[in-house]
Amino acid sequence: MSEQVAETEVEIQNEEGLHLRPAVQFVDVANRYRSTITVSNGTMTADAKSVMEMTMLAATCGSRLKIRACGPDAADAIAALEELVAKNFALQPKPSQTQKEG
Amino acid sequence: MKLSDIVCFSAIIPELESKDRNGAVRELVEILYREGRLGSLEPEKLTKAIIQRENEASTGMGKGVALPHIKVDGIDEPVAAVGRSSKGIDFRSLDKQPVYTILLLISPKENPDKHLQAMEILFRHLNQDDFRRFLRQAQTVEEIVEIIRDAD
Repeated sequence: MSEQVAETEVEIQNEEGLHLRPAVQFVDVANRYRSTITVSNGTMTADAKSVMEMTMLAATCGSRLKIRACGPDAADAIAALEELVAKNFALQPKPSQTQKEG
Repeated sequence: MKLSDIVCFSAIIPELESKDRNGAVRELVEILYREGRLGSLEPEKLTKAIIQRENEASTGMGKGVALPHIKVDGIDEPVAAVGRSSKGIDFRSLDKQPVYTILLLISPKENPDKHLQAMEILFRHLNQDDFRRFLRQAQTVEEIVEIIRDAD
């Protein structure tokens, strides 16, 4: 399996920025992928799989973030995260809240 | 703004009675209300609104911490209550682990900048492993107050 590298730049457009619920959603999506994913705001780089680090980016509305994925599913991860940001983190019930957990 | 400007020291519960999320949120809202920090807001309505937001998306950020929050009309400054549970509470956290420390933040709707500032201060401290560990281990109001003062 070849290692892929994928990158994108997004603009945070929801009113609250990447604060806390959007950050949790972002990390939730990032965790579905095996790739290493980082998010950078130009001054610091956070692990996209850590809520604690993501909240430290202080990404407010209008912030531009660079997302970089490295690993076997890098392109898919970037596409999913891009979509989440583009949809302004539209809140969706988590599967665990609508289905009985097995 | 400092952590001690946000946390209401008389709204610290070192051992929450509730074993579940909704009860814990209610306890924390009620203590802020009893301390006169919620103006004319009705605690029951506020509790329901916070729980509804939690149902939409959890503020259980993992590592044993949850940060339920809401913006409301009728208060001037962000104010937080702190609750601790030694047994842990299911907050539907990202990491699926129980929550031992709950920081409940109520912010003024008309001043979103103050809300963001308060959240950033909370994040900055919660990001510190020691701060989280000390809060989780604290057993009295005095200990929690001291941890917060030391952090500032």
